[in-house]
Amino acid sequence: MPRVSLFFIRSALLQFGIGATIGGLLLIEKGFSFWPAIWAWRPAHIQMLLLGWIVQFACGTAIWILPRLNAAGDRGDLRPVWLAYVVLNSGVLLVSLHAPLRAFTLDAWLGWMPLLAVFCYALAIGAIALHAWRRVVAFGA
Amino acid sequence: MHTQARVMIKTALMQLLASMLLGALILANSELQFSHRLILWLPVYYHLLMVGWVTQLIAGVALWMFPVISREQPRVDERIGWVAYGALNGGLLLRAIAEPPHAAGPQRWSAWLLLGTGGLEVVAGWGLVIAIWPRVRQRTAARSSGGA
Repeated sequence: MPRVSLFFIRSALLQFGIGATIGGLLLIEKGFSFWPAIWAWRPAHIQMLLLGWIVQFACGTAIWILPRLNAAGDRGDLRPVWLAYVVLNSGVLLVSLHAPLRAFTLDAWLGWMPLLAVFCYALAIGAIALHAWRRVVAFGA
Repeated sequence: MHTQARVMIKTALMQLLASMLLGALILANSELQFSHRLILWLPVYYHLLMVGWVTQLIAGVALWMFPVISREQPRVDERIGWVAYGALNGGLLLRAIAEPPHAAGPQRWSAWLLLGTGGLEVVAGWGLVIAIWPRVRQRTAARSSGGA
């Protein structure tokens, strides 16, 4: 497993644990209304589990397991994958912090955060596709 | 494929079936409107699909095919994986029992069940992290035949 896959998959696991914890707290709050402010973390729960966990885990595993480019085991240029790792996690962080920060500061100028996150997500998926495209080949090709 | 991976993947398939049936009912209800309470099952549908199916499938496949820790101890103590499995599926079951009635009208019993569900989901999440984390590794030099 290449180092970049370790980063992807371990980050995905951490976000799974954190996202599940937020989800658990949301359920308890739904039952007992002990901490209404936790609802500001619902977008973080969704983003961490959809993008931070499932998408990130799939990307990390794909980079590890897709066919190599040659018999020497070369995976090609991994720089786009590192870029994808940084911007994907930046995107999740931006969306996750947006609602809690807005609830805390009550400022509208934080609207740039989800916009920048969308750009980060698009860049991440583009970079992953750029790397993986050549490795999606028929067996023996 | 060892027993734990097989059980997780087969349970994930059953959760997919359950979520598809529930999703079909909710979709049909949006047009035919045979029950005004069916929409309260929407969060249960999402979680059956994304937790019961997707996450459980990922966990089962990862526990099966990720690099082993060593020949002597290929996996983390399997009891951790079983606790996570029980918590994940038990949590989803409790959620299905408690969440729709609670959304219709909060009651003490449903609130306590939601508390149990939340706790079980946290245990399941971190249990799977603990079970999978040591398997996310590069091959040792002695076992690698290039490229790791």
